[in-house]
Amino acid sequence: MSSPASTPGGRKRGRNTNPPTPSSEDPTSPPSQRRRGQDSSTGDLMPMPTSPATDILSPAAPQDTSLLSSPRPSVPPNEVDMSSPLMYGTPSSRIEGTPRSGVRGTPARQRPDLGSVRKAPQVDLHSEPPSADGAVASESNAGQRLVIWGTDVNVGTCKEKFQRFLQRFVDPTSTEDENAGLDLNEPLYMQKLEEISVVGDPVMNVNCRHVQSFDAELYRQLTCYPQEVIPTFDMAVNELFFERFPDSFLEYQIQVRPYNAVKTKSMRSLNPEDIDQLITISGMVIRTSQLIPEMQEAFFQCQVCAYSTRVEVDRGRIAEPAVCRHCNTTHSLALIHNRSVFSDKQMIKIQESPEDMPAGQTPHTTIVYAHNDLVDKVQPGDRVNITGIYRAVPMRVNPRQSNVKSVYKTHIDAIHFRKTDEKRLHGLDEEAEQKLFTEDRVQTLKELAAKPDVYERLSSALAPSIYEHEDIKKGILLQLFGGTRKDFSQTGRGNFRAEVNILLCGDPGTSKSQLLQYVYNLVPRGQYTSGKGSSAVGLTAYVMKDPETRQLVLQTGALVLSDNGICCIDEFDKMSDNTRSVLHEVMEQQTLSIAKAGIICQLNARTAVLAAANPVESQWNPKKTTIENIQLPHTLLSRFDLIFLMLDPQDEAYDRRLAHHLVSLYYQTEEQMEEEFLDMAVLKDYIAYARTYINPRLSEEASQALIEAYVDMRKIGSGRGMVSAYPRQLESLIRLAEAHAKVRFSEKVETIDVEEAKRLHREALKQSATDPRTGFVDISILTTGMSATARKRKEEVAQALKKLIQAKGKTPAMKYQQLLDDLRGQSETAITKELFDEALRALADEDYLTVTGKTVRLLA
Amino acid sequence: MPSTHDWINDPVGVVEGMFAASQSNPSSGWEARAVEFFKDRLKEKDAHTLVPSLNDIPMHYLKPNSLVKFRCFIQDMFDPEFYMGVYETVDPATQAKTLRCGKYKDVTECGVDFNSKNTVTAERQTFYCVPIPGENPWVKERYANSSQARVVPSTSYVPSRQKRSYEEDDDMDTQPQKQREAHAGPQSPTEHHGNGDCKRQETEAPSSQTTSASHLDLNFPLPGEKGPSCLVKVYEDWDSFKLNDMLEVYGILSVSPALSALADEKDASANLLDPTESMETAEEQRVHCPPASLVPRLHMLYAKQLQHNNPLLPSAATSEDSSAFLASTLSEMPSVREELLAYLTHVLLGDALAAEYLILHLISNVYVRRDVLPLGKFTLNMSGCPTVASYTERLYQIIQQLVPSSHYLGMSLQNMNQIRLVPKKDYVANRLVSGALQLAKNTSLYLDETQLEQGQLDTTGVRNVTALGNLISWQKVDYDFNYHQMEFPCNINVLIASEGRSLLPSDCQIHLQTQVAQSHLEEYLSTMHMLSQASSQLNKFRIYLSVARLLDYSISDEVTKSVEDDFVDMRKDDPQSISAEDLHRMLVVARLLSLSQGQTSLSRDSWLRAKHIEALRRSRMEQHKCVNGNEP
Repeated sequence: MSSPASTPGGRKRGRNTNPPTPSSEDPTSPPSQRRRGQDSSTGDLMPMPTSPATDILSPAAPQDTSLLSSPRPSVPPNEVDMSSPLMYGTPSSRIEGTPRSGVRGTPARQRPDLGSVRKAPQVDLHSEPPSADGAVASESNAGQRLVIWGTDVNVGTCKEKFQRFLQRFVDPTSTEDENAGLDLNEPLYMQKLEEISVVGDPVMNVNCRHVQSFDAELYRQLTCYPQEVIPTFDMAVNELFFERFPDSFLEYQIQVRPYNAVKTKSMRSLNPEDIDQLITISGMVIRTSQLIPEMQEAFFQCQVCAYSTRVEVDRGRIAEPAVCRHCNTTHSLALIHNRSVFSDKQMIKIQESPEDMPAGQTPHTTIVYAHNDLVDKVQPGDRVNITGIYRAVPMRVNPRQSNVKSVYKTHIDAIHFRKTDEKRLHGLDEEAEQKLFTEDRVQTLKELAAKPDVYERLSSALAPSIYEHEDIKKGILLQLFGGTRKDFSQTGRGNFRAEVNILLCGDPGTSKSQLLQYVYNLVPRGQYTSGKGSSAVGLTAYVMKDPETRQLVLQTGALVLSDNGICCIDEFDKMSDNTRSVLHEVMEQQTLSIAKAGIICQLNARTAVLAAANPVESQWNPKKTTIENIQLPHTLLSRFDLIFLMLDPQDEAYDRRLAHHLVSLYYQTEEQMEEEFLDMAVLKDYIAYARTYINPRLSEEASQALIEAYVDMRKIGSGRGMVSAYPRQLESLIRLAEAHAKVRFSEKVETIDVEEAKRLHREALKQSATDPRTGFVDISILTTGMSATARKRKEEVAQALKKLIQAKGKTPAMKYQQLLDDLRGQSETAITKELFDEALRALADEDYLTVTGKTVRLLA
Repeated sequence: MPSTHDWINDPVGVVEGMFAASQSNPSSGWEARAVEFFKDRLKEKDAHTLVPSLNDIPMHYLKPNSLVKFRCFIQDMFDPEFYMGVYETVDPATQAKTLRCGKYKDVTECGVDFNSKNTVTAERQTFYCVPIPGENPWVKERYANSSQARVVPSTSYVPSRQKRSYEEDDDMDTQPQKQREAHAGPQSPTEHHGNGDCKRQETEAPSSQTTSASHLDLNFPLPGEKGPSCLVKVYEDWDSFKLNDMLEVYGILSVSPALSALADEKDASANLLDPTESMETAEEQRVHCPPASLVPRLHMLYAKQLQHNNPLLPSAATSEDSSAFLASTLSEMPSVREELLAYLTHVLLGDALAAEYLILHLISNVYVRRDVLPLGKFTLNMSGCPTVASYTERLYQIIQQLVPSSHYLGMSLQNMNQIRLVPKKDYVANRLVSGALQLAKNTSLYLDETQLEQGQLDTTGVRNVTALGNLISWQKVDYDFNYHQMEFPCNINVLIASEGRSLLPSDCQIHLQTQVAQSHLEEYLSTMHMLSQASSQLNKFRIYLSVARLLDYSISDEVTKSVEDDFVDMRKDDPQSISAEDLHRMLVVARLLSLSQGQTSLSRDSWLRAKHIEALRRSRMEQHKCVNGNEP
């Protein structure tokens, strides 16, 4: 607060809730000080040798007053310079004692985010005498012709335009969450004003895009001269507000916070032309400093006569008055710390987001200063969009030396923060990931989607260096798109999983890892881990002591980090059981529950899992089932929608094509590479677009087709007394069908989608759930870990054994080996030891016998 | 100094002259012309050898603001900075205003008028550059000898430098060249082994400077490195440079003591009230503004990206020269190859097949990447290395003599648990703390697994092993940026020496079959002769290895066809015998085999030969498997 009348206690550190009392006004303060707005300095008291731009303006202000004619006659003449930016903010000194309402009753709050203008090299102003102040006023029917020095901004027009914008701007198509609950057909910002009057939070966020679409000229002025235009906006909004709600009470005057300036998007493209302009950049917060109390105004008191004076801090320095003006004693003034005015300040370092970076370079960082209530708004690790003014300050090597380092220090004075990942922890965040697509791009994507063979095209663009395996690529493609999210929490089932999980198993050296690497590189939020190298905590979350704050913090693992992405897990089979068990929850409920070191929480882990596993015997044994080959618990396997086998097909034509493909890898030219690279970019955008904008729903025919498909699947097995499909399979089918509809950019799931889902599902089943003994597809291999035939066989053996024992008559104990030999002799089919053991166990379960060591005893 | 050398001794004068001339003619584009001027000068025959090099001349012999060159490696990239491209000064006596040029300078003249209308703000980028990590002594020496810039201390001695620094360098003053050689003499692996005890000894400044600079971490990727590091200011095209590039930078040396004043204590109080100053942490200031006497600033006029750092090859600047050179060496290649093969066979205890594979490994190079797959890499796992008489270390010393840059990493448990392999971003100091895997391309990384003993790897150890595995499989290193990781592709030749099969993945494993009886091994090793430094034969080998790597390569349609047929036939007989992975390897072997013969396209013969040596290698592995039942 620069106002001399500020309450010393209340003004310190932000919000002032005490109404200013007249006693706080300095009785001896010279009249010139009373005129001081935020931008003026101590004026005549402290003649600064190199006074900055705004200092020059303040003596000029009285001249302006005489030249100006107020646009509103109702305003008293001495209020005229209110419209000048020089008098931005209502000097509360003038209206002490009046009731706290209306523009004048509400104290203006200093805006250090704009105020550091004084530190910027405002060269042009100084070189001109103040009389030539650009405020060339001349009467015209349009009103004032006064422009702010160095700009083409006419305060009156600008204010009028902004007020018109506030009153008229309507955005019926708004999808911003901030506008939720507002009537989209009414002027948007008037509703926001109403909100302010109700809530009492005097901050008005203005979307620059709205300004741009409403008045391009105003927008240009806003981005080019933010430090002049934003105070004008503030004035306009306050006038409007107190006109409409004259009785409302605000802590301080409304501040306008523009955001979403289109000026600059990436930190890398900042250049000297952006200095002192309004820019919006995105990045990640990497460091925040402690709160820094920055002195805005120093309070000096004379030791001899107790005369006090205030000196504004200029460029970080206080010009200590040498002589007391009252008693003319030299060097008698002392700084009184607790009567000086401070404002909050925080340094924030942001770094380029990894997505925006060119390959092979390190990320850039930028310093951002947050002031007052923006302090502590963001934490390290947050992704933010920052709107602010870009500044450059010359560096001084040594204050006592006159030569300076010819380098500027740059920073951004933040005006508005917008976290991009704000809602990630709470709910769906499709909006948060607003990847911006240009019109052209959307057009190309749509054209591509309209092609009948888009599905094939995309799947062949996936990992072109990996040969064939078309169905697997298609499966992965559908995984990349994912199903539609459904919420059944009202009926008690919670969210339905929309992500498709895929397991690849097969011989070593069938480029499984490569496929995983490719997917990991393709998706924006992918994680790659290897089963061998990851522990349960590495996948979920662990608690560690933050080295700086010494507090326990939760560090998230791969599964949480890949929320809304794909988690690629290589060497799935080599994972410890302990580790694998955490996957159960993730792969169906899509959450992670953590109870560690006093931190109990549930994190979202809506991640699709793409896993690769090698067979136990290093080579796939076609005589065994999937379960037997990879030794994974069936509870986990049934959570995979698609399980593909990647086997060497071992046929000549395939070999030839494979050889050709591989050899061509080694001599293809650069251009062919380029082409493919482009494909990858298109593919990325295509997936991002579909994931964001397409939410297919089942059509009537599609539901019918799904029902039929499911019934058919159940029927296949029922003939032989086995079940070949469970509701989980139906859910998988639905997800796959939805994903396929997304590939086509269709809002409706149609029969063809179901057909493809069925086909793919069947293919995967055929590969993984075929009973090697019978050659039939048997889903129970995956769901119970044993094929129905095997179970039947086990029962038969158990019965035969029971008969054998009964035939032996009353022998309470038998030798194990003896029994096995007897059974072998009796049975026509070969009986393995395992089979025999299982039969024994089955009989033991019936309480018919017990096995102790090498003897079998009958019970009862 | 002759006047023609003014552009070397006083480049600032040249630039300023051009700037002054441009004032009368504003649209002259003087900046481009200045850069052009220096480029033209350097193109002249041998002109670049006249420019003194920071690599081999101690810094205090160099004249401030003169043109120097620096063969370096981009270790880190700092944020771009804005500087006063043009500014105006006011003479306090006469009030006369003068326009001055701020380009290629760190500090302005006195009396800057901050509010002048004529100030032009421009942008430049700063790179933190260090000497090429792992550059072998013979390379350094050779470069130093080829330089014709003989800087005599008495003439170029400029007392503007801080007294502190040259007193400490006194010991080097007497015999700078020799002193350096002694320091950088063959880095014996045992030395590294000893260093393993101390986690970050590697970042210690050169020994002569440690007294004053012990607090300053020069951030070299490898332990025990010496040499100057430099802040290179880049004025144009900085996007074309990438992290870990090898460069030869020609620029203006700036060691103004004013830059060092920052660190002075007396400033602290003055800074208190200046919020912009106090905001930077002490660490950050130390890193970004180190004393100029230790880390000079180099204002880049011209930079050459180095394809290789072999001083025996013509630098790539003159393309017609190098192609002629290539043509001349191409014909000699088969004969040199024979000699090298004989030598390596001798070194590898009489195993000719292993020697063959070692040659292939030494010339391997990632020449292209197909989506995620790097092609051309050839990581060799040489198993069955004898553990007596520090054989693996001797082997490294021989490799060190052959390749321009290399690094020995003893995979002892302690090393693996303590060393930092992956570079990590330090947000407090705002820099990338280097790790041993931050290497320039075509550096030979020698992993000695025979040093591995029983014990447990801790978290760091596991992470390090994973990083090595990633490096070998994908030729990339995931730099740790705390909040996320960033993938940096690399091109490092990894050779693993081990007793059994390595715990790390590899493209190819060969088991060493020594022709020397165990009992005679010690004796054999002691008589194993190292080629004398700088012998013509050694130089031939060095040229051979670097040239083979630079050659182009193609496969004709005809050969493609026959390769395909071969593959199909082999699969027909026994599908298990050859997988797609095997074919990949055979194609790489065939490629490297052709290149090692100096052939730029695959011939039928080379293909058959590749098949043959692969078959030999496989049968040897089978054999070995049978002998050692527990071998996986």
